[in-house]
Amino acid sequence: MRAFLVLIQKEFLQIRRNSFLPRLIIAFPIMIMLIMPLIMTMDVRNVNVAIVDLDRSTASRRIASHIEASEYLTLTHTTTEYSRAIEALEHGMIDVIVQIPEHFDRDFMIATPQRISITANAVNATKGGLGMQYIMQTIALSLSEMRSESVPVEISELVTIENRYNPTLNYRHYMIPALMIILFILICGFLPALSIVGEKESGSIEQINVTPISRFTFTLSKLVPYWIIGLFVVTVAMLVARLAYGLVPIGSVGAIYLGAILFILTISGFSLTIANFSETMQQTMFVMFFFIMVFMLMSGLLTPIDSMPDWAQKFTIILPPRYYIEILRSVYLKGSTIAELNSNFIALGVFAIIFNTLAALTYKKQA
Amino acid sequence: MNNELPIGGIDQAPCVMNAIEINNLSKRYGKVQALDGISFAVGQGELFGLIGPDGAGKTTLFRLLTTLIHPDSGSAKVDGYDTVNEYRIIRSRVGYMPGRFSLYPDLTVEENLQFFAATFGVTIEESYDLIAPIYKQIEPFKKRPAGKLSGGMKQKLALSCALIHRPSVLFLDEPTTGVDAVSRSEFWDMLAGLKKLGITILVSTPYMDEASRCDRIALCNEGKILGIDTPKGIVRGFDRRLYGIRAKNMFTLLERSRRVAGVEDCYPCGEQHHLVAADNFDVAMFKAQLSDMEDVNIVIKEPTIEDMFIKLMKR
Repeated sequence: MRAFLVLIQKEFLQIRRNSFLPRLIIAFPIMIMLIMPLIMTMDVRNVNVAIVDLDRSTASRRIASHIEASEYLTLTHTTTEYSRAIEALEHGMIDVIVQIPEHFDRDFMIATPQRISITANAVNATKGGLGMQYIMQTIALSLSEMRSESVPVEISELVTIENRYNPTLNYRHYMIPALMIILFILICGFLPALSIVGEKESGSIEQINVTPISRFTFTLSKLVPYWIIGLFVVTVAMLVARLAYGLVPIGSVGAIYLGAILFILTISGFSLTIANFSETMQQTMFVMFFFIMVFMLMSGLLTPIDSMPDWAQKFTIILPPRYYIEILRSVYLKGSTIAELNSNFIALGVFAIIFNTLAALTYKKQA
Repeated sequence: MNNELPIGGIDQAPCVMNAIEINNLSKRYGKVQALDGISFAVGQGELFGLIGPDGAGKTTLFRLLTTLIHPDSGSAKVDGYDTVNEYRIIRSRVGYMPGRFSLYPDLTVEENLQFFAATFGVTIEESYDLIAPIYKQIEPFKKRPAGKLSGGMKQKLALSCALIHRPSVLFLDEPTTGVDAVSRSEFWDMLAGLKKLGITILVSTPYMDEASRCDRIALCNEGKILGIDTPKGIVRGFDRRLYGIRAKNMFTLLERSRRVAGVEDCYPCGEQHHLVAADNFDVAMFKAQLSDMEDVNIVIKEPTIEDMFIKLMKR
């Protein structure tokens, strides 16, 4: 036991003496939690719009003023030539062209006018698609206003919309819990693996191996500091989410910590297995990086699992981050309890056992 | 010697004659036969040298004896304990200094020493008398990170760490490689001091000149032992006359000498070539045959361990 404490002490001493790690451990969670939510947003803003106004009427001006008033749309060009607008689109200066045909205002009052045409740049499919929708909504609004003025009948609202759990459809609230996962993967996954392989590289593991300290004790001493740091980091992340974005978990903080502990065990066991097979830090980095890419892109962190193809959805069953992301989001946004999420907790527990057993088995193989 | 704290607890050890016993030990790495059935024994308190070039299998032997790897076949005993089955006991009784500096460069001298003391469950104070002659030299720098020490100081720190738990057997893998000549000599003086305390020392070196400081040496090459004897005995085994030859054009001299009748072997050795003479070699005839070369000079040389090594290697 005394030897174990000395090993832990040495580990912390080395982390502290490292010129880079302490800063990383403090700055990284703050940066990820503070800045990333501002950047990572699927809300489409600043859609640049050009109006090709062939009508030059009250109706066209009204549409233009509505576009200008929208917080998502920016009216950048008004022209009477479609070719100039399409040129601007090709140069990427604008995202959507709205063409209002001749006599639109006049015809609109009588019967069916010529149609308004919308052309969108869909290279960025999300921006194109959403931009198109915003435009359609704006035009529909203008037209219904004009119609209600001529026919003084209040158009009653036929549909009501409610977004449960994330009432303002704030993408940040969806992303912040997921960002915590990235912190765990990097701090509890990457760092202990690099620390162990670093000792292999420097040869000091050789010197440790000739002492009576067992490999189990040595490995545990590599992990425990990062477990502690991981829990510290999740606390910082939760505080930042609360202070900067006012995001407080509706469910219990205990559920988040229980999930964190299971996930830390899983990811550190996983990284140990990789460390066992690696001889150099470079090798570890690349193998870890490969898995991190899969974890980040397939665990429902950025895109919902439900919209993945069927085979991919089945594949996500073996990705541990998937379960913790679900736990975090449910506890944060829905206030789910441990009992409601028990399948996720069990899954994480099973992964923790599998990966740590694997790590223990692969460690023994190298005499 | 301090009698209160026995070195490695010798008194509890089973009664053995030899500190290290190696029986037909083999180890293979892929296609390379690193050790090929070697056997020898090292007595208690002996300073035993393993002399051989890089790739002779010295490090593999150290790793086997310090229980870091398992042999493919054969067995070895250190302090009477089997390296495979009783490795735990061995680990607490031996000190190992790997060829590469493998302490923590980011920890200070003192922290390294404290750390390794703690891993063996001892304190610096308990072993201070043993390491003092070595540690005192680096003690003024005890707050300095180990990675920032000079080569000679690193090696003293590594030796202090290897001694911290009063081992009965010390394994030193090429401790003097990359160290300046003065520090090398100092290091061998330290080993002589440790030997006086009764510690068995197995040391490897690629430098033939260091071999004479050992009680006995084993010449090894390509996983085999070529010969084991005292340094003097090894040299005595050189049963040929040896000459040192020089000329203005050393390369031509080497080429031509090899073709002269009665020359068994001729190879460069420092500033001259060494010439191993067969029974029918005649100095006058040799000079006559090379009379067209400038400044040919031939003198009788005392054979060294290196000459014996080359002779054994070529056989």
